[in-house]
Amino acid sequence: MTRQRGDVVVETRDLCMHFGGVRAVDQVDFTLFDRELRCLIGPNGAGKSTFFKCLTGQLVPTSGEVLIRGQDMTGAEPFEVASLGVGIKTQVPNVFDGLTAEENIWLSARRWHGDARARVLTGETIERLKLGDIRRTLVGRLAHGQRQWVELGMVVAAEPWLVLLDEPAAGMTHEETYRTAELIEEINKTSALIVVEHDMQFIRMISRTVTLFHEGRILMQDTMEAISADKRAREVYLGHRA
Amino acid sequence: MNSGMLRQMRPTFVYALLGVIFMFAAPNVLQLFTIINLTTAIALAVLALSLALIWGYGGILCFGQVAFFGLGAYVYTISAINFGGSTWAILMAVLVTSAFAAALGYFIFYGRVSDVYLGVITLTVTLIFFSLIRRTSGPEYKIGNALLGGFNGVSSPPINLPWNPSSFLFPEQVFYVAMAALILCYVFVGWLVNTKFGRVCVAIRENELRAELLGYDIRAYKLGIFTIGAGIAAIGGVLFCNGVGRITPDVFNLYNAALTIIWVIVGGRGTLIGPIGATFALFYLTSALGGQTVLNNNLVLGVILIIFVLLVPKGVAPTIIDWVNARRKKAPTRARRRRGSRAEGAQ
Amino acid sequence: MDLVVAVLFQLIYVISNLALISLGLAIIFGMMRVINLAHGEFLMLGGYTVVVATNAGINIWVSMLILAPLVVGIIGVIVERLLIRWLYGRMVDTLLATWGLSLLLVGIVTSIFGASTGTTVSPPLGVVRIGDYSASGYELFLIVVTIVLLFAVWLTLRFTKLGLLARGTMQNAEMASALGVSTSRIYMITFGLGAAVSGLAGGLLAPMTGVLPTIGATYIAKAFITVISGGSAILAGTTAGSVLLGGINGIFSFIAGSTFGEIALLLAAIILLRLMPRGITGRFFRKSL
Repeated sequence: MTRQRGDVVVETRDLCMHFGGVRAVDQVDFTLFDRELRCLIGPNGAGKSTFFKCLTGQLVPTSGEVLIRGQDMTGAEPFEVASLGVGIKTQVPNVFDGLTAEENIWLSARRWHGDARARVLTGETIERLKLGDIRRTLVGRLAHGQRQWVELGMVVAAEPWLVLLDEPAAGMTHEETYRTAELIEEINKTSALIVVEHDMQFIRMISRTVTLFHEGRILMQDTMEAISADKRAREVYLGHRA
Repeated sequence: MNSGMLRQMRPTFVYALLGVIFMFAAPNVLQLFTIINLTTAIALAVLALSLALIWGYGGILCFGQVAFFGLGAYVYTISAINFGGSTWAILMAVLVTSAFAAALGYFIFYGRVSDVYLGVITLTVTLIFFSLIRRTSGPEYKIGNALLGGFNGVSSPPINLPWNPSSFLFPEQVFYVAMAALILCYVFVGWLVNTKFGRVCVAIRENELRAELLGYDIRAYKLGIFTIGAGIAAIGGVLFCNGVGRITPDVFNLYNAALTIIWVIVGGRGTLIGPIGATFALFYLTSALGGQTVLNNNLVLGVILIIFVLLVPKGVAPTIIDWVNARRKKAPTRARRRRGSRAEGAQ
Repeated sequence: MDLVVAVLFQLIYVISNLALISLGLAIIFGMMRVINLAHGEFLMLGGYTVVVATNAGINIWVSMLILAPLVVGIIGVIVERLLIRWLYGRMVDTLLATWGLSLLLVGIVTSIFGASTGTTVSPPLGVVRIGDYSASGYELFLIVVTIVLLFAVWLTLRFTKLGLLARGTMQNAEMASALGVSTSRIYMITFGLGAAVSGLAGGLLAPMTGVLPTIGATYIAKAFITVISGGSAILAGTTAGSVLLGGINGIFSFIAGSTFGEIALLLAAIILLRLMPRGITGRFFRKSL
């Protein structure tokens, strides 16, 4: 299938995720086009992380559909979603603590390529993310920000065409946050991205279109400037924060 | 096999070579009685190796590894009696046991039963084997020509030369077979954990969700390593009933299930030579204790298990390796460069 | 008609027997998420308490109903203080440590009393007639005790402070400790109670089964299957697991003999776990006790 800018790569139809009586995600219709960069924002409990988990297969939605590149992935296992060529980074750093940074990244590249090519890709990724100093260090011994970077390295090394990131800048220093924004811009040259984020500063650095979640639904979808200027959005967001 | 893997496997080859030397030297030095005893210990070491693979590397907390060992021994014995020879019986033992493990594993891994439950379920399966086979003492319980014999068990026909049932092996020859099997299994497992399959299994042990998010079907990998482990345990079982001369349901009892776990804990998870060494050490400790009545075997093993869980949770071999690495770091020139790119190869 | 009653009686006995041997395990698992591999040995110790006490001339009812739970409960508290409390939050290590404890207890009892026992206790109470069929009065008594015990656990969970904390822990262990509940003390009491219930069960069963240092192994397989199939809700889980598995065991035993009954029980449990990995109460009756 040839890829064109403008193809729909992620679509949800009437997606619902209910926990008992709580409607964490409620009738969400969402569309992402190829090579689009979309940020999902919203106050705590707005449902953006739950929505994210429905996309990645970590949760099976109560009802509705998830389509990735036109394929029905509703209730698919996480590995099936990833096997489509989707790179996923979860909120809490999910890395292989007992292995070295290099091997973490190799395991990602090796999923798609033979050993020789995987090694080359691993080397390139380490170069690109400037992980050279820690390549032989066990990831469990690294600082939080570095672990986040190793995980980003795993996402990049798989050369995904769609990238889903849940709070990639959480717990990073200012410098690291800035570099993450740069990396996201770079990834966006070849892939579509969905980024769930809290950090407004960070979103301003990277954002084009922003989807604002509130009480499980999409409240509005626009540029960051427009959302910042909107009264309703400010109430929802700042009201909860204050 | 590329150069990186050869470097990783160097310690494996060194230990394998030591094993070969021991294999040829031992019968010249030791008495026949000791050699026969050693054959049993070697069979148990194969069992320990299989658990070291699936628990230490695969992260699968199998409390019933001894079930596959015992099942292998029973299938071998029954097949050998029916076929009148050991060649196909050995193959049957490995195949039937692996198939059983695959079926059980399918329910466990595809049901996404997690570690603690997995331990309890596998242990339960073992205990059920124990109580079921104990009840088979009547003449109605027979498979082909083989009576199951209830708690008295069945006597096992000895291994013979391939496709030559009349030329069965003598005890010292069985020792060679056992030792060779242990060395081959050890090198095989050492190789396996350095392949892509093995590294992915280690990754799954470290973080299931992450492995899955990279696109690996963790259920299939776990089922794979579990089945391979069961096959190796079955080889151990075949050697065991040859060393002892018969197989009884006692192989499935709680004590033996615990013993298997203790070898791997004491030896250390994440190494292969550790559990093998621990098996020999504890085998001789318990035989030595068997001669006296003051200290009960259960009591001693219980204390060992508790002490290791509380105080030496990593086990002996990794603790030694850590200690050696820490010393190397103090003299940081050549040593650091030599350390492989991977955190843990097969030791 | 009499046959139906007799078969039904046997079925209920099998079910209540499963519930009796599983309840102590379920209490500890439900509240503390600790799978106690020494559970069988707690039952064994209850049995030995009864044998030793009755041989010393103590009334059998006192030995079974008071001494067995008391002695094993105290042992449980000691074990919790010395061993378990160092390992909270480390499920696998707890499992391994309790297995070590299991071996240790078997070893100690073997050292003291020998590998087999000379004396046993015979079941009190005579025979109950059901039309042409006779049933053991003691089996009837065990059914009644099991029901009373389940009811007592329900009362405790429902109406006492301990029960409230237990339910809180069952639903969210982190939340409970975040609320500043002294989980350490609660855990100690729970472990002691669970051990006491196991001791009571072991004491009650001693006249039926006799005592051996290794008798625990014959109980634990069934107890584990029941509790895991049932899930983490203490009462609903134990009851659901016992009824389902005991029912299957009883029916298949009646049709094809006890060996097939055991096989059917195991197969049912494995298939059940494929369908409901978190047990029956992990899927249904989620809010139950």
